Amino acid sequence: MSALEPTTPAAEKRAGWAWRPYALTLPALVLLAAVIGYPLLTIVLRSLSEPQWGVQNYAWFFGAPVNLAVLQRTFSISAWVTLVCVVCAYPYAYLMTAVGPRVRLVLVLCVLIPFWVSGVVRTLSWVILLQDSGVINSLLRSAGFTGIRLIRTQTGVVIGMAQVLLPFMILPLYSVMKGIDLRLVQAARSLGARPSRAFFTVYLPLSLPGVYAGAIIVFILALGFYITPALLGGPRSTMLSTLVQTQVLSLLQWGRGGAMGVVLLVTTFLLLALAAPVMRSRHREAGRR
Amino acid sequence: MNPRSDNRGAAIDLETVSKAYGAFKALDGVSLRIEPGEFMTLLGPSGSGKTTTLNVIAGFTDVTNGKLLVGGNSVVGVPAHKRNIGVVFQHYALFPHMTVGRNVAYPLTLRGFDQAKRKARVAEALDMVKMGDFAHRYPSELSGGQQQRVALARAIVFDPPLLLMDEPLGALDKKLREWLQLEIKRIHRELGTTFVYVTHDQEEALVLSDRIAVFNRGRIEQVGTGRQLYDEPATLFVGRFIGDSTVLRGEARHDGTSTALSIAGETVTAPRRIAGEANPVMLLRPEKLAICRPGSDAAGANRLSGTIAEAIYLGSGSKYDVKLADGSVAIVRSPLTGESFGLGEKVELCFDGTDAKLLADDSTADATLT
Amino acid sequence: MEMKPLTRVILGLVCLLVAIWLVAPTLVVVPMSFNGNKSLAFPPQGFSWQWYQNFVTNPEWSTSFLNSLKVASIVALLATVLGTLAAFGLDRMKARPASLLRMLMLTPMVVPGVVLAIGIYAVYLDAQLVGTLAGFVLAHTILALPFVLIAVSANLEVFDKRLETAAASVGAGALTTFRTVTLPLILPGILSGLLFAFATSFDEIIVSLFITNPYLRTLPVQIFSSITRDADPTVAAVGTILLCATTILIGGGMLLLGRERKGRL
Repeated sequence: MSALEPTTPAAEKRAGWAWRPYALTLPALVLLAAVIGYPLLTIVLRSLSEPQWGVQNYAWFFGAPVNLAVLQRTFSISAWVTLVCVVCAYPYAYLMTAVGPRVRLVLVLCVLIPFWVSGVVRTLSWVILLQDSGVINSLLRSAGFTGIRLIRTQTGVVIGMAQVLLPFMILPLYSVMKGIDLRLVQAARSLGARPSRAFFTVYLPLSLPGVYAGAIIVFILALGFYITPALLGGPRSTMLSTLVQTQVLSLLQWGRGGAMGVVLLVTTFLLLALAAPVMRSRHREAGRR
Repeated sequence: MNPRSDNRGAAIDLETVSKAYGAFKALDGVSLRIEPGEFMTLLGPSGSGKTTTLNVIAGFTDVTNGKLLVGGNSVVGVPAHKRNIGVVFQHYALFPHMTVGRNVAYPLTLRGFDQAKRKARVAEALDMVKMGDFAHRYPSELSGGQQQRVALARAIVFDPPLLLMDEPLGALDKKLREWLQLEIKRIHRELGTTFVYVTHDQEEALVLSDRIAVFNRGRIEQVGTGRQLYDEPATLFVGRFIGDSTVLRGEARHDGTSTALSIAGETVTAPRRIAGEANPVMLLRPEKLAICRPGSDAAGANRLSGTIAEAIYLGSGSKYDVKLADGSVAIVRSPLTGESFGLGEKVELCFDGTDAKLLADDSTADATLT
Repeated sequence: MEMKPLTRVILGLVCLLVAIWLVAPTLVVVPMSFNGNKSLAFPPQGFSWQWYQNFVTNPEWSTSFLNSLKVASIVALLATVLGTLAAFGLDRMKARPASLLRMLMLTPMVVPGVVLAIGIYAVYLDAQLVGTLAGFVLAHTILALPFVLIAVSANLEVFDKRLETAAASVGAGALTTFRTVTLPLILPGILSGLLFAFATSFDEIIVSLFITNPYLRTLPVQIFSSITRDADPTVAAVGTILLCATTILIGGGMLLLGRERKGRL
């Protein structure tokens, strides 16, 4: 093989390659612009232009106490869900790092199994579990207690949503905890810290990036929840998404529905923007293996 | 391609090759001729341009300026995969999804060899590196040394006229490294291919090479055999990079055929080499220095007083650090048969002026070393 | 970290409860699907296969199931191709534009479902895409794209680009290198992206609820409207079938993967 014949200069070729990465992303970007960018723009425009140009839809939204109550409820339900997720996910994720590979596999499977069934079916399961003639009430009654009302209450909504969102809390927490150098805890112990003190002064601070990351994801996803509150909630646990849907599909109020959508969208991105620098700087902290 | 019959190896000519990254000159007018079948080592500290030179020859980096000929043909602009040059990487670069056998067969598949021929050549190459029994293993099941031997087999299996090796033993422990050095030497002898070897380990360079090119700051300081570099370093940098050395600095006075250096009141002389070294220093190898008790009339015309700062027993002899009056430290290696000296003992450093090499002081080179 | 025995027991109990909480709702559909009565009340009365029968024979259910399969298959292919291309592009770009474009392409994950749904619905009304296969495919593809991007990017990140240099050094051109070295090594990422894309589309409900019409209805939409309309245990039967199918798929995949890994050791 006489392979050493000169061809075009490599430098020339290199220049021709520079645009290629951008070309590769182009199809995805075009689709993104058409199916996300354009629709979102449409919604923003409609919120400002229907029935006539102006901010009347936003004035209406922030002027009506009913709407503000729903907005506040959306935030408080999301906050409760996030809290429940943190409290339940922290010990679970910690246990995942502490056990052997076999038990860890079981624990991971338990986190992933909920993804195996369709989200709608999962919400149906919660209806079956929580309803007045459901599993939980049947068990309570057979144990001699009186039944409690769970379905169509905020508690029911929080229980259902937290279960759906728990994996989004456990997985980032686990990935951070897995990276914590346990020798640091040993070091704290050797310096005279009690186990609980070593935990609160060393382990907990090092695991906080995972808590932040998980909490932000859970809170943002909870804000936009639609199916679970629609099926598990009642009129007294309506969340913003349901209100948007009602305005658009039932009342054909594109302007008002759009304005609510924009509020939801802006809140989401604002939270993301606020959280991003915190999460990034936390991730650079020492103590990682 | 009929490599088995014609396996002389290719010559390489670099003519004033430069490579710039913005303002930084990775290579600054490097010229080097490598003879067919030669084992040439590119030696230098990190960032000196030796790896860039290798990448230029391999075709992974294109040159900013200059000519590059392999086997007499210019290869500037030829993409790497068309150069037909074998490369062994420090990080092995074995394909993790292929067995050892398929890794080695890969270059042959690309060249359209039929199955039977491929099998024979793979077996031959693996036997050459003594990995014949491992053809069905995956790279992840091999140790570092084994992986590197497979990488070597993959680089020679298609009989390239030129083999490039980029610190191939850098990731291995000392014992393994020494053994593989001998293996590489043997393979070079058996193949007759031109080898270009990059390392920062001067001992490795001395063991392996026919000739060594010493790189510093994007330039070649000196090219020569190991003995030439050790005995006749062209620059202070080369003298200090290859082997242990003692550098004496002082007020210089040129006097006909000799140069005198006055160091903290004492004077030593050496034959003048080249005219006009503005600021010469003396470079001395440890075995050319001797330690004498003050007042004794041992050999060596030059004497400097000092104290023993460190004494190390080496088995075959002893190594002493002698602190001189100006604060600098001289390294002395003395045979076991000689006298022994204790720490803190006042001694004199003796040497023959003809053993001292006068070199221009290049303190910037020192900065690179430390 | 060392723990007192009591702490250990409490930790174990809490985690057991969390695990039950995670898994139980997945399994509760199984007994309900064999209910003898048309009711979702617990405990189920009697035993019958009628809801499975209903799923197969009732065109409302079987058609929507087939629709979902069709949409999800096309989406999986489309999103995998687009996402893989984009992941490659981002991987070979300079860091700054790459991180910007990556953020842009991940937005479908964080935009609230209903906001996206009304936006797409508004545009589809104008473009007459409501209730069409193309409409479903486009919307689901953009929602599935981030998952493919993440899966393939993760694989590209650990892919040792020096192997491409090594391939070039033994004579492989750019295309051959891609085919014989790069592609086989990132295939796991591409395949998991494909799986994620399929699942995303198969499971998508919010946007689908808006862009559906009686002519084209996907399975989640059918399930949703069934739950809101009456207590039809066919839903439980569907849930059980899906659960079994996924278990078989994932179990089979894990067995295959385990065997391959063992073969290499």
